[in-house]
Amino acid sequence: MALQSAAPRPVRRVGWGQRLSRWDVKLSPYLYVSPFFLLFAVFGAFPLFFNIVVALHDWHRRAGMGDFVGLDNFAWVLQQPLFWRSLENTISIFLLGGVPQLILALFIASILDQNLRARTFWRMSVLIPFVVMPVATSMIFGQVFGQFGILVPNLHALGLFTESSSPFFQERLLSHIAIGSMVVFRWTGYNALILLAAMQAVPRDLYEAATVDGAGRSRQFFSITIPSIRPTLIFVILTMTIGGLEIFDEARLFDGGGTGGGAGGTDNQWTTVMLYMFNLGFGEWQDRLGQAAAVGWIFAFIILIISLLNFVLTRAISSSDAPRTGRTRRRARGARMPQPVPVPATAPVEATTSPAVADDAMEGARR
Amino acid sequence: MSTAYIENTAGRGAARYAAKRASRGRPIAAHHPSARRPGWVTYAILGVVFVMSVFPLYAAAMYGSSTTTEISRAVGTLPRWLPTATLFENFGAVVAAEQFSIWLAFGNSLLVAVAVSASVVFFSTLAGFSFSKLRFPGRQALYVAVLATLIIPAQVGTIPLFVMMNEFGWIDSVLALIVPGLVGAFGVFWMTQYLQEALPYELIEAARVDGASMFRTFWSIALPAARPAAATLALFTFIGSWNSFFWPSVVMRSQLTMPLVVPQLRGAFTSDTGLVMAGVFLVALPLLVVLALAGKHLVAGVMAGAVKG
Repeated sequence: MALQSAAPRPVRRVGWGQRLSRWDVKLSPYLYVSPFFLLFAVFGAFPLFFNIVVALHDWHRRAGMGDFVGLDNFAWVLQQPLFWRSLENTISIFLLGGVPQLILALFIASILDQNLRARTFWRMSVLIPFVVMPVATSMIFGQVFGQFGILVPNLHALGLFTESSSPFFQERLLSHIAIGSMVVFRWTGYNALILLAAMQAVPRDLYEAATVDGAGRSRQFFSITIPSIRPTLIFVILTMTIGGLEIFDEARLFDGGGTGGGAGGTDNQWTTVMLYMFNLGFGEWQDRLGQAAAVGWIFAFIILIISLLNFVLTRAISSSDAPRTGRTRRRARGARMPQPVPVPATAPVEATTSPAVADDAMEGARR
Repeated sequence: MSTAYIENTAGRGAARYAAKRASRGRPIAAHHPSARRPGWVTYAILGVVFVMSVFPLYAAAMYGSSTTTEISRAVGTLPRWLPTATLFENFGAVVAAEQFSIWLAFGNSLLVAVAVSASVVFFSTLAGFSFSKLRFPGRQALYVAVLATLIIPAQVGTIPLFVMMNEFGWIDSVLALIVPGLVGAFGVFWMTQYLQEALPYELIEAARVDGASMFRTFWSIALPAARPAAATLALFTFIGSWNSFFWPSVVMRSQLTMPLVVPQLRGAFTSDTGLVMAGVFLVALPLLVVLALAGKHLVAGVMAGAVKG
């Protein structure tokens, strides 16, 4: 505690109460952080090492621990065509769900970043998908994309698909689009709010300066907003990567799940890695915990690699925002004042900064 | 810029809001280039976003209000546009289903979510108080260790945790859902960050001078100060626990939680889509109520940087 000076004091008889309170001060901090560390030791750190043990043994759910097999489980997994297929599916679903999600979230955030009426209502409305149980979403989307749903009969009417069953449950790419759309549905609003919070922290005078400089809304968005919210954008992309690769719920119940289904399609069109691991360890006919543990390790490693790649790429892309060769900058400046600038009615008078200052402000935003 | 000026240019509602902001000591007009209200295009876009957000639940309610014949006849569109009494009859059938008890599932889900949320909030606040306000050797290193645990991918732990639960005899018991989640690194990080700002040292010192023990100080000073962040943390932990499906489907067998009811629906009402969809809607309903009641806190929580649970 701040009040406890460690300076040596003249020796005097210390009462029990005082001694107790000394211990109270010395030990309490450790005592208070210990619950986390104890629990993590048992349910976090230990499983991490124990997973190596399981992955190195022949291990079955019902029979328990078997012989030591070294790296055989890893070799077995890497030789399974289904593992690679599920990895392809996962990445495909991740991209189909991730890219539109990010673009839409940025768009919705910039729409919300205005002086809206009923602001809280609109913000709450984009959070509705976040609280709907993913397994429920999965069932509903399964119905909507199904044979008697809303899309397929209309596609039939347009003469697009001929077979009577739903192509979203047959064609690999279409099933990925359907599951990707669930991911978009669930996370877009949530990420939009995170980005909105970052957008609101952008100094408003930057926009005023840009308006005076004749930059339109889209130009302002790409030259001020995006560079200003870069750290948040990187954060969103990273969490999206980790969450998006671990997709399970949506894929498991896409075809109604049931107790027998949920393997990811008749031909494993949409089996994700997590679903593959689940079926390997806990599926109807299998209980290969050793191999499933190996999948866990391999997949954790892959997620780490993809996250790192993502991080590097994101930094590279977002640091080179809007095209800024000298020529375009000059052109932008030259084209500044032919048309009258619509100065907003309520713009404070001091907003009419000189163009040079405005340019400086924008430079600042890019750094 | 004065509120009167805003009233003249942007309307009375904007002026009221500006006055409210001013009373909280914030800048009056914190909005895009101006305090001008956006036009109808913005609201049209927001309306579309709103419709997309509620559409799946609306669709579930409409399917749930229809008979199997109606659904099979209405291809390419929703079977109806307004709910009917059939929806409530279907709810009744779901509640009365013999294959599972939705009440038991609801009770299990509630028990798990409440226990986990309460425990996460308490222990996170305790650790956060220690990390943010107490000085002790090794504090920095321990805090870094907490943050480092956030990097570990969850799926590495699934299989060994299952084996452990098997050893403990916790398969098919809510203990398997509660105990591993009693406290998490994110909660500790969240509360530490918050208490650093929200809890002045003077208060703690005053309590210490008055002779309060460490725990008494935590209980009467830190815990009340942490209330807003604790509420947010509780809310997000609750939602995460309530919706979780992967881990429960690994360790649960006959004891169901709400998400585990969903796969059972198809098995119970094989071809009756209306019943299945009514069940799906019923299962999704409780958190919608939570959103309606605590939506403001949820929005504030996400915007303050709450991370996916």
